Amino acid sequence: MRTALALSVLCVFAVGAILAIWWTPYPVDTMAIANRFAGPSLAHPLGTDQYGRDLLSMLMVGARTSLGVAAAAIAIGVAFGAPLGLLAAASDGIAGALVMRVNDIIFAFPALIVAVILTTSFGPGAMNAVFAIGVFNIPVFARLTASSARRILALDFIDAARLSGKGKVRIALEHVAPNIAPIILTQATTQFAIAILAEAGLSYVGLGAQPPSVSWGRMLNEAQTLVALAPQLAVWPGLAIAVAVLTVTTLGEALRRRLDPRFQRVRVA
Amino acid sequence: MALRVLFTFFLSIAAIVSAQAQTVDRPLVIGMGLEPPHLDPTAGAAAAIDEILYANVLEGLTRITEDGSVAPALATDWDISDDGLTVVFHLREGVTFHDGAPFDAEVAKFALDRARAEGAENAQPQLFTAIDTVEATDPTTLTLTLKEPDGDLVYSLGWGDAVMVHPDSAEANKQTPIGTGPFRFERWRRGDRVVLVRNDDYWGEPAKLPRVEFAFITDPAVALASLLAGDVQAYPSFPAPESLPVLEADQRFTVAIGTTEGETIMAINAARPPFDDVRVRRALSNAIDRNALVEGAMYGTATPIGSHFPPHAKAYVDLTDVYPYDPDKARALLEEAGVSDLKTTLTLPPTQYARRSGEIIAAQLRAVGIEAELIPVEWAEWLSRVFRGKDYDLTIVAHTEPNDINIYARPDYYFHVENARLDEIIASLAVEADPDKRTPLLEEAQRLITEDAVNVFLFQLPKNGVWDKRLHGLWTNSPIQANDVTGVYWTE
Repeated sequence: MRTALALSVLCVFAVGAILAIWWTPYPVDTMAIANRFAGPSLAHPLGTDQYGRDLLSMLMVGARTSLGVAAAAIAIGVAFGAPLGLLAAASDGIAGALVMRVNDIIFAFPALIVAVILTTSFGPGAMNAVFAIGVFNIPVFARLTASSARRILALDFIDAARLSGKGKVRIALEHVAPNIAPIILTQATTQFAIAILAEAGLSYVGLGAQPPSVSWGRMLNEAQTLVALAPQLAVWPGLAIAVAVLTVTTLGEALRRRLDPRFQRVRVA
Repeated sequence: MALRVLFTFFLSIAAIVSAQAQTVDRPLVIGMGLEPPHLDPTAGAAAAIDEILYANVLEGLTRITEDGSVAPALATDWDISDDGLTVVFHLREGVTFHDGAPFDAEVAKFALDRARAEGAENAQPQLFTAIDTVEATDPTTLTLTLKEPDGDLVYSLGWGDAVMVHPDSAEANKQTPIGTGPFRFERWRRGDRVVLVRNDDYWGEPAKLPRVEFAFITDPAVALASLLAGDVQAYPSFPAPESLPVLEADQRFTVAIGTTEGETIMAINAARPPFDDVRVRRALSNAIDRNALVEGAMYGTATPIGSHFPPHAKAYVDLTDVYPYDPDKARALLEEAGVSDLKTTLTLPPTQYARRSGEIIAAQLRAVGIEAELIPVEWAEWLSRVFRGKDYDLTIVAHTEPNDINIYARPDYYFHVENARLDEIIASLAVEADPDKRTPLLEEAQRLITEDAVNVFLFQLPKNGVWDKRLHGLWTNSPIQANDVTGVYWTE
């Protein structure tokens, strides 16, 4: 029930975000300053912002940025982290240890610090946010992949595969990868929720999306000095962030129960 | 007996009253939107330099006061010959720089010669053009001979660009400014603040504040939070005009809305096609809705302008109707000029008025088919790349120097529009002292630059001052780039 609710809410967000690529109720790049701070009405269900832009349209475009940045960052994390983890698990000794130690070093830098470094060197922007959050995610997936893969590699059927003449790469791809995919998928969902928060945080402090692009974090940032004048400008993006994170986390929980072998073992016991 | 009781009563009343009016020895933190690139006002155009050092640390022969008039500073008085070609300044005695070096006529000669030298870094060379020679007649007498009479000379020497510096310390002033003022420079924490402390050996009335810090805070939300938390006690120019009603209602703060000499413009680089075409520049003017801009970016606290002249000045002509908001006309002008699908860039310095105006203007330009990409830059980058390097298409900035319409006649200035008649007018204004003759010249100059649509003239920057109610003596208006804290004090 909870899962179904979360799934449907996430679907609404995703549809809104995807729809916003082609269509929003009102364009967000035109302003109608005479009509600013309008309350909810039939024309503008959530009202308008400080430049007279439709808040619903802003939230849709914001969803596109926030969910897009988060998804791209997770993709980077998985695309680099998983092969690195597999490599570390499959190659015994120095090479594997080296990969994991480098990961530990990266892991020591919080996403915010990485973003600050990137912003001071390349200037702020959504792409840098993707990169900063992505880099932060690489060690997360590398560690998870390495530890899960090691457990699989110790099982008997791997020895059987090895005896049948399969090389390390084939074993990793054909036997290890399919077995750890559900764990990575579950972790990706959890990280996705964290990435949404990270993107909002970066945009909020001005290190993420830059004007004129819209994001939930930027909407929150701009709403700060307007709180006394128009509190709804802070409420809507804040609510969007909270609900998005909550639904994704709930889904991650559900996935974990269903897919993660560690949970299944508990159930059997 | 009754008399004595009455006397004691009045005495105690007087004691209470004086206790309330008594000043308190408490430091002051002032919030500023921009950090200066360096700290030598004689070698840079950035207003932020003067806004920290002018009158506080560095002093000139004369100074500009809050009402815009000239007052004596390091010169006690001056005599101007009948033909207007000789000006004799009588210098104050017993003045020393913060490092102990004495101030005299030789030092003054050095400072003026350095400022007006060929190839000097001074950002306002026009202040000194009339000066032919500077002579130190005796230690307290400085004689200036002029090439032509200059009615503004005494005023010009009151600018931050003409302050007195010592030969031994002048070169290091960019990092450690040493002057004669009531405050001495203590330190500059990059990216954070500049700290000044009271100069106990000051020649005049000592400052009442023991210590003044200028903290650099660009973000409007941070500015509001710092003010409410008491970390910063004064913003001479508060970056979030939408918060002013809230602050005004708050018993803890004084809100003082005043004027500045800052014409906020969207500067156009006419050296880059298609902006060399006056029709394209006019189209930009017609495309921008100034009233919406003033409402949206400044919450109605600014006044729209139609030329490069402040509305509170005497010779002001209202030219806001020359290019009314008319997107159809803008589109027609662009078509006439053969420009379609124009893609350009709009470089934005970090000030809030520029960032917000940029967002609104980009939306307004899009409505007439001009795609302006917003490029946010840091202040030092704006100064080096846009202002000095002239590498930009469009940019938004306020020119806060007083009487600065002459920038339109400067060779190789960053707008790149030339007009021979305007050059003539500015040249005659430089020597014309008679206000009755100056006014028509100034009016014509305003009309000419509007006619040429050199820039899009947006609004006169207001001085939205907010500070702690217990603070007194801060300037409401800004007739010159300065945050003069020499007379500021705390009560309670």
